[in-house]
Amino acid sequence: MRFLRDEKIRSILYQLLTIVLFSLFVLYIAQNTAHNIESRGIKSGFDFLNHSSGFDITESPISYASTDSHWRVFLVGLLNTLIVSFYGIILATILGIFIGVARLSKNWIVKTLATSYIELFRNIPILLQILFWYNVVLAAMPSVRNSYSFFDSFFINQRGLFFPKAIFLENAWIIGLGIIGAIVLGWFVKKSAKKRLDEHGKETPVFTINLALFILIPLALYYISGRPINFEMPEFHGFNFKGGSTFTPEFLALLLALSVYTSSYIAEAIRSGIEAVNKGQKEAATSLGLSPMQSLKLVVLPQAIRVSIPPIINQYLNLIKNSSLAAAIGFPELVTVFAGTSLNVTGQALEIIAITMLTYLIISLIVSFILNVINKKLQIKER
Amino acid sequence: MSSMIKISIVAALFATVATAGTLDDVKKAGVLKCGVSTGLPGFAEADKKGNWKGLDVDYCKAMAAVVLGDSTKVKYVPLNAKERFTALQSGEIDVLARNTTWTNTRDTTLGLNFAGVNYYDGQGFMVPKKLGVKSAKELDGATLCIQAGTTTEMNLADYFKTNGMKYKAITFDTNEQVDKAFFSGRCDILTTDQSGLYAARTKASDPSNYVILPEIISKEPLGPVVRQGDDQWFNIAKWTLNALITAEEKGVTSKNVDEMAKSSKDPEIQRLLGAEGTMGKNVGVDADAYKKAIKQVGNYGEIFERNVGVNTPLKIKRGLNQIWSKGGMLYSPPFR
Repeated sequence: MRFLRDEKIRSILYQLLTIVLFSLFVLYIAQNTAHNIESRGIKSGFDFLNHSSGFDITESPISYASTDSHWRVFLVGLLNTLIVSFYGIILATILGIFIGVARLSKNWIVKTLATSYIELFRNIPILLQILFWYNVVLAAMPSVRNSYSFFDSFFINQRGLFFPKAIFLENAWIIGLGIIGAIVLGWFVKKSAKKRLDEHGKETPVFTINLALFILIPLALYYISGRPINFEMPEFHGFNFKGGSTFTPEFLALLLALSVYTSSYIAEAIRSGIEAVNKGQKEAATSLGLSPMQSLKLVVLPQAIRVSIPPIINQYLNLIKNSSLAAAIGFPELVTVFAGTSLNVTGQALEIIAITMLTYLIISLIVSFILNVINKKLQIKER
Repeated sequence: MSSMIKISIVAALFATVATAGTLDDVKKAGVLKCGVSTGLPGFAEADKKGNWKGLDVDYCKAMAAVVLGDSTKVKYVPLNAKERFTALQSGEIDVLARNTTWTNTRDTTLGLNFAGVNYYDGQGFMVPKKLGVKSAKELDGATLCIQAGTTTEMNLADYFKTNGMKYKAITFDTNEQVDKAFFSGRCDILTTDQSGLYAARTKASDPSNYVILPEIISKEPLGPVVRQGDDQWFNIAKWTLNALITAEEKGVTSKNVDEMAKSSKDPEIQRLLGAEGTMGKNVGVDADAYKKAIKQVGNYGEIFERNVGVNTPLKIKRGLNQIWSKGGMLYSPPFR
């Protein structure tokens, strides 16, 4: 029994024991469940994924009809989750950085407004915010027959935001090429601007030049290639607007609630990042003659971002998971259509809830993997 | 959502609970756990004092009277459409009386049994009067509000496909959200079982601004549900409903039930009320169990008129929900 006195062996033994006990526990639950399901005459298995669903979904990024399978329902829900999360993350980041910087402003009004924003939206449960935006969006909007219209091509009413839909004709690829060209050109502009700064000490307005390139090149190509993009206008017809594209109130309310809520956390992460930058850095930047804006952009933010990224990753993951609360307002994301309607049509709760949970787990793991790689790249490399 | 997961986990972990002997469990607990709607006027709704009322609620009460002798010994568990079957499968409730449509799939694959029909319904449409719509055939392109996880969604898909029409459906979790969205103008049309439309209309600020279209696009036999595999409990659920129907057919009411038990010459009434035979004992409850239910809750007709009848805000006519001998569909096998 002497080997038991070896700390290493003992620790391995304990770990083995834990794993064995845990596996037995999981096995017991799985068997018990399977046995009970069978003895109750409840149908189980994953065949249902291939059966046609029999219901329709309002918003779908891919083609979908009630004759499609539950597997297709899953895909539609997943894509809607990813779409709303994607836009939500972008909006929340922009808002969050803006508010986070404003929070540290020397201007009392700006600072107080930013602080109130953070405290207000951070401290109200996200579900209530979703319901609030949904009901506000609905209540504030006119009925479909009295829409607010802008230039006769944008319409806002209780049914959502209607806008012209771009239809790409044959030569539209030329414009796409132009956009890529503008990006490549912009990269060269940035590079030569840096060279010019290094060699001659002269600044170039890189942002303005690139913005101009980005707008002018595709625009010029649009006219040269004979206007290959048509716009389909939304038109009121019968019950609803037909044609054009739509953002539904459900989508807008969810997007708004998710980005506003998450942005308040991102703002705090940004603030703590900025505050973590040594005061001496700012003072050094000022004494080098950098303006406050330059000092923020060139000295403070690049260092602050490094501190802020890990908590921001958490917020991105939270946003994706929070999007499941859309079930409350009927936006057809994964939980609403798959863990909701499909579950009820088939009655196979265990399978569907398991698939749904696994899906969220995988999305979260992928997102955090990607962001962790980026995080590692951005960290200071000690040489 | 969280309650869904909770129920699933409970289902997984404690699935051994209550496989049989629901009657004993209920008697031991001294209270019947009855799953009802989260709020559907006329069928199941809590009033300002928190007392539950409605057609489905009265079924729960009748069953509690049969099993426990006291119609007040019910614990109401409000469930949305998505949660209801899992709650019953997992033993969270003893019986589900929640305007639930009896379908083949539900009856055969969920491990559940439907104990009969306590309301014959069908899916219909409600529209604001000002739209000027007269028929469901004119609904091409309309936006509809519906509740998620119901037969409504699938009927709708079928109906619009059959008639070559397009539509947009916005689905919500609970009745309340559906109604709110409809009355705020988010959709043109509200669609659900007709009884639900009448119920929803009572919530409008001016009910006369809304019309219910004549088309009925589906059969929706609504009834109480119990777990499969406990035949005794299934029998109690079935015969509680049959007792209420037979009582109306035979003219037994909550007012005259005592007198009927004493003086009626009709042997079936005698058997129903436990003065003769072993109708109660056959399913393991008191001999006069059905009498108690009728006395405390009333017969089917009384229940109908009290909750949804023409003198209530819902103003529903008996229609199919009339005794068979008066031209309806209600037909109980004999108490013999």
